[in-house]
Amino acid sequence: MGLFSLIRRVGRVAEPAPPHPAASAGPAALRGSLQLRHVDAGSCNGCEIEIGGCFSPVYDAERYGTRLVASPRHADGLLVTGVVTRNMERALRDTVAATPEPRVVIAVGDCARNQGEFAGGYGVVGAVGDVVDVDAEVAGCPPTPTEIIAVLRQVTGR
Amino acid sequence: MSTAACFAGVLGGVSLSGAAAVAAVPTRVSAAASGLATAAVGVTGLVGGALAVAGDLRPAWVGWLVPLSGASFAADATSGLFLLVIGAVSVVAGLYTVGYAAHGHLGRAPLAVLPVFAGAMLVVPLAAAVTTLLLFWEIMALTSLLLVLAEWRREQVRAAALSYAAMTQLGFVAILLGLVVFAAAAPGHAETFPALRDAAVHLGPGPRAAVFLLTLAGFGSKAGLVPLHVWLPKAHPEAPGPVSALMSAAMVNLGIYGIVRVDFVLLGPGPRWWGLVLLAVGALTAVYSVLQAAVATDLKRLLAYSTSENMGLICVALGTAAVLAAAGRPAVAAVATTAALVHLVGHAAFKTLGFLAAGGVAAVTGQRDLDALGGLARPMPVTTVAFGIAALGAAGLPLGCGFVGEWLLVQALTHAVAAGGTLLALVVPLAVGVVALTTGLGVAAMVKAFGVGFLARPRSEGAQRAGEVPATMIAAMALGAISCGVLAVAPAVLVPVLSRVLPELPTGTAHGPGPALGTLVRLPGVGGSVSPALLAVAVGAGVLLALAAARWGSRRRPAARTAALWTCGGGGLTSRMEYTATSFADPLRRVFDAVLRPDVEHVVIAYAQSPYLLEKVSYRSWVHDTVEVVLYRPVLRAVAAAARGARRAHTGSIHAYLAYGAAGLLVALVVVL
Amino acid sequence: MLSVSGVAGMVTQVVGVAAGAPLLVGWMRQVRARLEGRAGPGPAQPWRDLRKQLHKQNITPDGTTVVFAAAPVVLAGTSLVIAAIVPGVTTGSPLDRVGDLFAVVGVLLLGTVALALAGLDTGTAFGGMGASRVVTIAALVEPTILVAGVALSVPAHSSNLGRIVATTAADPGLVASPAAALAFAALAVVVVAETGRLPVDNPATHLELTMVHEAMILEYTGPRLALIEWAAAMRLTVLLTLLVNLFVPWGVAGAGAGPAGLLVGLGAVAFKVAALGTALAAAEVFLAKLRLFRVPELLAGSFLLGLLAATTSYFLTGPAG
Repeated sequence: MGLFSLIRRVGRVAEPAPPHPAASAGPAALRGSLQLRHVDAGSCNGCEIEIGGCFSPVYDAERYGTRLVASPRHADGLLVTGVVTRNMERALRDTVAATPEPRVVIAVGDCARNQGEFAGGYGVVGAVGDVVDVDAEVAGCPPTPTEIIAVLRQVTGR
Repeated sequence: MSTAACFAGVLGGVSLSGAAAVAAVPTRVSAAASGLATAAVGVTGLVGGALAVAGDLRPAWVGWLVPLSGASFAADATSGLFLLVIGAVSVVAGLYTVGYAAHGHLGRAPLAVLPVFAGAMLVVPLAAAVTTLLLFWEIMALTSLLLVLAEWRREQVRAAALSYAAMTQLGFVAILLGLVVFAAAAPGHAETFPALRDAAVHLGPGPRAAVFLLTLAGFGSKAGLVPLHVWLPKAHPEAPGPVSALMSAAMVNLGIYGIVRVDFVLLGPGPRWWGLVLLAVGALTAVYSVLQAAVATDLKRLLAYSTSENMGLICVALGTAAVLAAAGRPAVAAVATTAALVHLVGHAAFKTLGFLAAGGVAAVTGQRDLDALGGLARPMPVTTVAFGIAALGAAGLPLGCGFVGEWLLVQALTHAVAAGGTLLALVVPLAVGVVALTTGLGVAAMVKAFGVGFLARPRSEGAQRAGEVPATMIAAMALGAISCGVLAVAPAVLVPVLSRVLPELPTGTAHGPGPALGTLVRLPGVGGSVSPALLAVAVGAGVLLALAAARWGSRRRPAARTAALWTCGGGGLTSRMEYTATSFADPLRRVFDAVLRPDVEHVVIAYAQSPYLLEKVSYRSWVHDTVEVVLYRPVLRAVAAAARGARRAHTGSIHAYLAYGAAGLLVALVVVL
Repeated sequence: MLSVSGVAGMVTQVVGVAAGAPLLVGWMRQVRARLEGRAGPGPAQPWRDLRKQLHKQNITPDGTTVVFAAAPVVLAGTSLVIAAIVPGVTTGSPLDRVGDLFAVVGVLLLGTVALALAGLDTGTAFGGMGASRVVTIAALVEPTILVAGVALSVPAHSSNLGRIVATTAADPGLVASPAAALAFAALAVVVVAETGRLPVDNPATHLELTMVHEAMILEYTGPRLALIEWAAAMRLTVLLTLLVNLFVPWGVAGAGAGPAGLLVGLGAVAFKVAALGTALAAAEVFLAKLRLFRVPELLAGSFLLGLLAATTSYFLTGPAG
């Protein structure tokens, strides 16, 4: 029962929720529930680690009604990270097309917003916004979990 | 009021004139002639079955038909039930043949034999003497052998026919020996069934056991009971579509008929170990066959193994009935007997439909391999629905026509736990487990057959070219589907027949009430009821409720659309990426590795420059019939070795033969003196 | 046969399961979240998810047939039927005589088969994989359910669930018997396997290769997905209800109970199921998912327990009967 005593000792890990974000973005249907599919369009994995951090016990993004899912068919939002590379361009378009409406596309990190460090690279098609319509952006290289969660909370309104 | 002999004569007349008509008419219409003749034989069988159930067919003796003994015919309700089942299957299969054979799948000879085969099957339950039974049994075996050989140009067909011929003749010998021992005990060696019935009490326990075991082996081989089943999954699939249906849905039932007639009715209620033997053989058959069906990739072979499985379940039910009757629990025994009969009828219905649909698929696509089928739901919607109904029945699920039989069987077993002492308390839960595992694996096999074979997308050119079958075949399948549907929701239609059959059987309702098969299927004396019809209504209501629930919010929903399959962003899926029957069954194959013992050949060829650069990887696996490998191959090898030894003695020298003769005479003299 | 009390009880059950199932799933997730040190989204989150899915677009993948469209409805429909039969609030459901334990198992399997066929119908590798796995597990679970069912039917002399529950309620000693304990252990494994919980399947996984249930439904969107998730929650709720009421039947309203009795029944079953759900969720924190080919060993173990239960129940009940 080592695990049990650990659970008791540690108690709640999640930090208190930051104040509610003022403005809200995204369609009304997605209030309170946002299922996310993550698309790595050509990232350095920095943003992935931060997204992973969002769903860790410390930040606990699930408490705001978000959840990572396995299929874009189940998703309401796409978390796109990295610049869009040539090899991932069609995959990104396919993924957006596979996601049912209403949906939000969230560009996470500077590369996804404006190509960041990789601008002008030979294998780069462009930023996410050059390939598909983007509904929300998270700045930072990489953005912190708090910043990512703030944008997600704007969509869920919680 | 007519006699059974009269009726058998009518059957013979219809069959033979049908055969003659097929031989006489132009090739263009020979298919229609054969199909209609077979259907006519079937209708005759239905009429006879109805008369027999009503008790309107008197026993009769025809002296001239068989030399020395003459032929005896009689029909009781039990015969009537089998006449009805076989007749119904013949009608549907005959109708189907009209369209099927028009494709040119059948030559004139098989077409001519088809009505004779149906007729012979229908006369077998009418036989009321040993010679009569054996005569028509043999005619049935031979005609079916000819039909299996319809596509004799293919090597597999010839191999299957050889295996079938050997097994059916060995089975015949076993039946013959058993009945000879039986008849020897009758006063004056009378061989009619009433005489045998009277003689059964005078039979000593040893000969009685011998008769039981020999006839069980003989009839069991026809029903496909393990380990005598090996011919069935070879011969049934290789036969043309309608013949497969006749063999798998009608002929196997006569194996059960033989067991019921000889071992239950004539030999009388036996000791408990008979029931246990039946139970064990049935359980082994059911589990082994369904396991083979679950890993089979040939659609018709899968159905053939499923036939063997269902005969096993019927045997489990009969064994349970015998055990319970011996334990003095007639009411529960009657439940088990009813389970056997209901399941027999249900199996005939769904297996006919299954083989007809599979025959249509094989005829249209030229494929029986599930790995090469797929995507048939769009080009062949009617066939797909027909196979779906058959598969639902074969899976034993509610709303399918195999459900009530299996439910009664599980109920009988449940109440057998408390009925018969310590041994049963140990055996019966195992039997329940076996029946349940059979159902579970049966579901897996049928999901595979339907899901991989008919849904998804085509995996071969043959499957891509598929189109719907002709109207007569659709009509036949519709008849089959309607029977399945009726049996699934209203088992009460069987009551008029079963209420006459059950009192005739020693494990039936002769000593107590049986289960009530009304809207509510109820058991006698114990709690437990189910209503297939109301359950269907409830599921329908549930589905409507779910549909209504899904409409919530539909006004604010964006318009529905279609889209390409989600391929994880990897571009289009090809049919090579689909799950096949082999991959579907892979988990089960691994779990039951010890029983199935698959052969695997895994070859990795690397380039000479580096072991990490692969030129070619090939993987092949086969699942053999383990029973055949373990039991039959050594025997066949021994027989072949013995034949080689005997050949060495055949030197061709006249002196050697004279010496053999002298030695033989000497041995004979020594033995006799 | 049709009593007002029975019909009212049945309606209460169906409504209770339909409304309460997502709450149970949410509650179990919440318990897990708290044990993992997270705050959790609250028990009402599955209802928010369902409401949202119902407002989303329906996408039909190319090349699928009516099987794909029908499977969620059949799954949800069969779940509702089982909710009506299983004695949660009352033992007097008018459907009790229509379907006994074995029929309920069959109807449950019908829903599983519908979803497996839908997985195959898409023609994707993941759909086929999920279908193959779920059918394999269902096939291997079947013997345990039926054998444990026999063990429970023997003392009640009936396999009708209402009768079994009523018998146990009238004779509490039956619960303490070794047969009941063995059958409970066997059925608990069955419930875990049938509902796709740890260690058989991980309901929270995002990795396709480890999926069983999720792999079959990767192509579903919006309202159809909502139906499937709702039905999955209902199946979990109904199976937990069945498990808890077969062995702890107190509080269940009898055949002729009035409105007060039904209310007590509803409260009792809600409390018991929530408690069992809490225990299950807490246990899951300590478990890792089993490799797929280790699952049959678990199920074989549960079959053995069921077999022992059936044999024991005979020796305890005695040959009378």
